[in-house]
Amino acid sequence: MSDVYVVGVDMTKFQKAGSTRSVSELGARAALMALDDAGLKIQQMEALYCGNLYQASGMVGQRVLQEIGQTGIPVVNVANACATGATAFREGWMAIKAGVYDVVLAVGVEVMGKGLLGGGGGGGGIPKEGLLGSATMPAVFAEAGMEHARKYGTTFEQFAKVSVKNHHHSTMNPKAMYQIETPLEMVMNAEMIAYPNTKLMCSVNVDGAASAVLCSERKLKELGLGKRAVRVRASAMASDPWQERDLVMPDVNTCTRLAAKRAYEMAGCSPEDINLVELHDCFATAELLHYENLGLCKDGEAGRMIDTGEVALGGRVPVNVSGGLLSKGHPLGATGIANIYEVCTHLRGEAGKRQVPNARFGMTHVIGLGSACAIHILEKAN
Amino acid sequence: MAEAAKKPLPVVDFLKVPDGGDPYLEGQKCKQCGAVYLGERAHCSKCGARDSMQATRLSNRGSLYVFSIVHRSFPGVEVPYISAVVDLEGGGTLKGNLIGVEANPEKIELGMPVDVVFKDALGRKDREGNSYVSYFFQPRAK
Repeated sequence: MSDVYVVGVDMTKFQKAGSTRSVSELGARAALMALDDAGLKIQQMEALYCGNLYQASGMVGQRVLQEIGQTGIPVVNVANACATGATAFREGWMAIKAGVYDVVLAVGVEVMGKGLLGGGGGGGGIPKEGLLGSATMPAVFAEAGMEHARKYGTTFEQFAKVSVKNHHHSTMNPKAMYQIETPLEMVMNAEMIAYPNTKLMCSVNVDGAASAVLCSERKLKELGLGKRAVRVRASAMASDPWQERDLVMPDVNTCTRLAAKRAYEMAGCSPEDINLVELHDCFATAELLHYENLGLCKDGEAGRMIDTGEVALGGRVPVNVSGGLLSKGHPLGATGIANIYEVCTHLRGEAGKRQVPNARFGMTHVIGLGSACAIHILEKAN
Repeated sequence: MAEAAKKPLPVVDFLKVPDGGDPYLEGQKCKQCGAVYLGERAHCSKCGARDSMQATRLSNRGSLYVFSIVHRSFPGVEVPYISAVVDLEGGGTLKGNLIGVEANPEKIELGMPVDVVFKDALGRKDREGNSYVSYFFQPRAK
């Protein structure tokens, strides 16, 4: 089977939710940026895989083509919670891997609303939020963090340090929503949303889109695009295996561990080989869990990782140098491809001030509740 | 129209309110593997057994697994409240409000024993004016 390469990839600057004219215009903008990055035209694309969550029934991929070129190619629209963009990318990867196409386009795009996600109710009777506990996302991920605290004594301060780090990283990323330093006291004293997550420990609702052009080895050579190409070494997914508490407590850990195991096996590498990671820090409490889930450290060592700066730029394995979902922003359907953009940019040596030196292998991770985990391992191609 | 004497309705279908008896929680237990679920279902997603469910009365005793204190919620929802995940003795895990303890992380002990108690659903009524009975967790008296 052919190796699959990313030959073009880009993202829009993430902006305040509600600042976009339409989802199709935003998706089209990212698609054109990725095509320009590859030096290719829409007419050369053999299929489009489009990820979008909030308008999942709205044929967003076709509407993107209606903005930039209705060439008649097959379009697959994908929705998979916060793994939506990564799933669209993976569908394109799989089609090339299977030998069906040689070059395809993947787009992830989201126009977000404001305010709390989750816990909106539904069903008959009376509203359950605040009566049967909380189904809001900040609380759900607070509880996931408290499980780590229960096992290993992780503190509010350690969770808060994740936000300090990611906000610091984003000061070097002009495409992030925010470029502001947030010292520890500022994070810990921000409005408490759901203990232990303060407002600065919750990801930002933004509008954004990201896109990638994927191609086969044959096409890569034919087009002469090898110089900046990034090889997809692994594309792995998992759904949530049965867990005794999963009716009331989504288990982001088991699902991530399962996908990570598959990804490392497929790539034929180990966590020690990974030079940078973009992982799903939808809340500060979530990031620490994934250091362990992705094998970046042993179980129980995540607190140490954040305390010692091993996961900061300049550390052993920098995590979320883009600013992460906490500071770059989290447009749900775009996030999975935006992560891939960030890692590719480092592997190409084009990340400017936030460049991870000599990066050869990078990992991206997203997890959507419900649950869907998608992990990609990317490698500098030359 | 609301009827003053009408019996309160259960907030979820796995809360049972027998005539003349105390409310209780009812789980569904897989006859093959023993996995416990909340609410009606046919098959077991742990072992894949079909039509294997049997109703089982859940314990009113449990221990606090984890919690979060919610300070920001939707309009009209009174804050703060403690969202708690509780493991019941004999199987079953439930999420609900933890009451009878200060909403202060230093006052809430992970693993502490709690009782499931049944009370009016914070005065919430549906469009027809029906009252509801809900379950809550409270620290067990020592």
